[in-house]
Amino acid sequence: MSQAALDRLSAQFGERILETSDAFGEHEATFAAKDWVEAARFLKDDDDLQMDHFIDLTAIDYPERASARFDVTLMVRSSVNSQRIRLRTQVKDAEKLGTLSDIWLGANWAEREVFDMFGIEFQDHPDLRRILLYEEFIGHPLRKDYPIDKAQPLVPYREVTDITKLPPFGIEEGQPFARIDWEARLAGGDHQVSPAIGVQQGQRRTLSDSEAAQQIQARIDARMAAEAASPADTAEEDSGE
Amino acid sequence: MGQLKVIGGGGEDVAVTTRLSDLLQWARKWSLFQYPFVTACCGMEFMATAAPRYDIARFGAEAPRFSPRQSDVLWVVGTISQRQGPVVRRIWEQMADPKWVIAFGTCASCGGFYDNYTTIPGVDKVIPVDVYIPGCPPRPEAVLDALMLLQEKIQANDRRPIVVPPKHVVENAPGRPKEDG
Repeated sequence: MSQAALDRLSAQFGERILETSDAFGEHEATFAAKDWVEAARFLKDDDDLQMDHFIDLTAIDYPERASARFDVTLMVRSSVNSQRIRLRTQVKDAEKLGTLSDIWLGANWAEREVFDMFGIEFQDHPDLRRILLYEEFIGHPLRKDYPIDKAQPLVPYREVTDITKLPPFGIEEGQPFARIDWEARLAGGDHQVSPAIGVQQGQRRTLSDSEAAQQIQARIDARMAAEAASPADTAEEDSGE
Repeated sequence: MGQLKVIGGGGEDVAVTTRLSDLLQWARKWSLFQYPFVTACCGMEFMATAAPRYDIARFGAEAPRFSPRQSDVLWVVGTISQRQGPVVRRIWEQMADPKWVIAFGTCASCGGFYDNYTTIPGVDKVIPVDVYIPGCPPRPEAVLDALMLLQEKIQANDRRPIVVPPKHVVENAPGRPKEDG
């Protein structure tokens, strides 16, 4: 990062820089969304800055913030001066931001990723499609109100009973599946892990009314009772045959 | 082979009888053409298994066929994302019967730690699996165990899915560093 680059930017834009920061030695300037493209172009074209290396463009979701929901950040570097700088701007939901893809070619895919993950649209982008997810996907998963385990399968799962846990796996074994009770959590529940993991780790039962937790507990109780009754038999079973 | 009966004895006048189905399964289990569907880091262990040091050719399974129509075993090696679901399903559908599927590693078996919207929590959600290999990634020994398990299953004509059981590490084995205290 470079204080010199930030000084050059301040000298050019003055009051239009809303905020600057040098936290942890990383220099950053915050612009209004309307100045976004102009500031970026200046970083690239100015003879003192020559920020020719596009590093990344990404976004951050602040769903609780009233003024503007998203922050968009741009990280660029000058291979001539070995300087780095970060730009930041705030974007409202459904507000369009100008594209930087005609300044740095690399911004093309980065902006597509931001569109894919956050749903922020870029004005005049040449090819604004999803880049990682598929066209059929509904919603934008890095928005914090998207439930992280809400999968949208492209092929229907096989039509067998108990597809969530197929034999030889037990219900309490391995990765739990579709198991976080999101409605309970959004309603204020303090349940932070899935019931299956919680029971495995001996944590307190946070979702006492969860059907999954009760099922798992019943199964574990049954198995422990069986082990207590005949330890030799269950040991043979566990060997996998 | 399942039922063997030796007729005669001594010299050259020996005949062995068995059932045709057993002979067929015996031939199948020693000639497994594989389709490696490699998507992630488990592929490195798969390559190690296939290479001369572990030598999967000992089991007659060294020949990869990059056409599903010529393959017997589908190795699902690595994380399967939701986006790849239709692809792996279609490859499995293109394979001719009889066909078997091995889920290689934790991700292919149950999604691993990708407990989120991107990943199919186990390839068994879209195609049936015969043998699951646990491990992140599994060691080549576990992979060979899985292959031998599959051979036993083929010989016994047993299609129930099975997990490769864990092996206990031998204490003070040669080459293994000794622990203090």
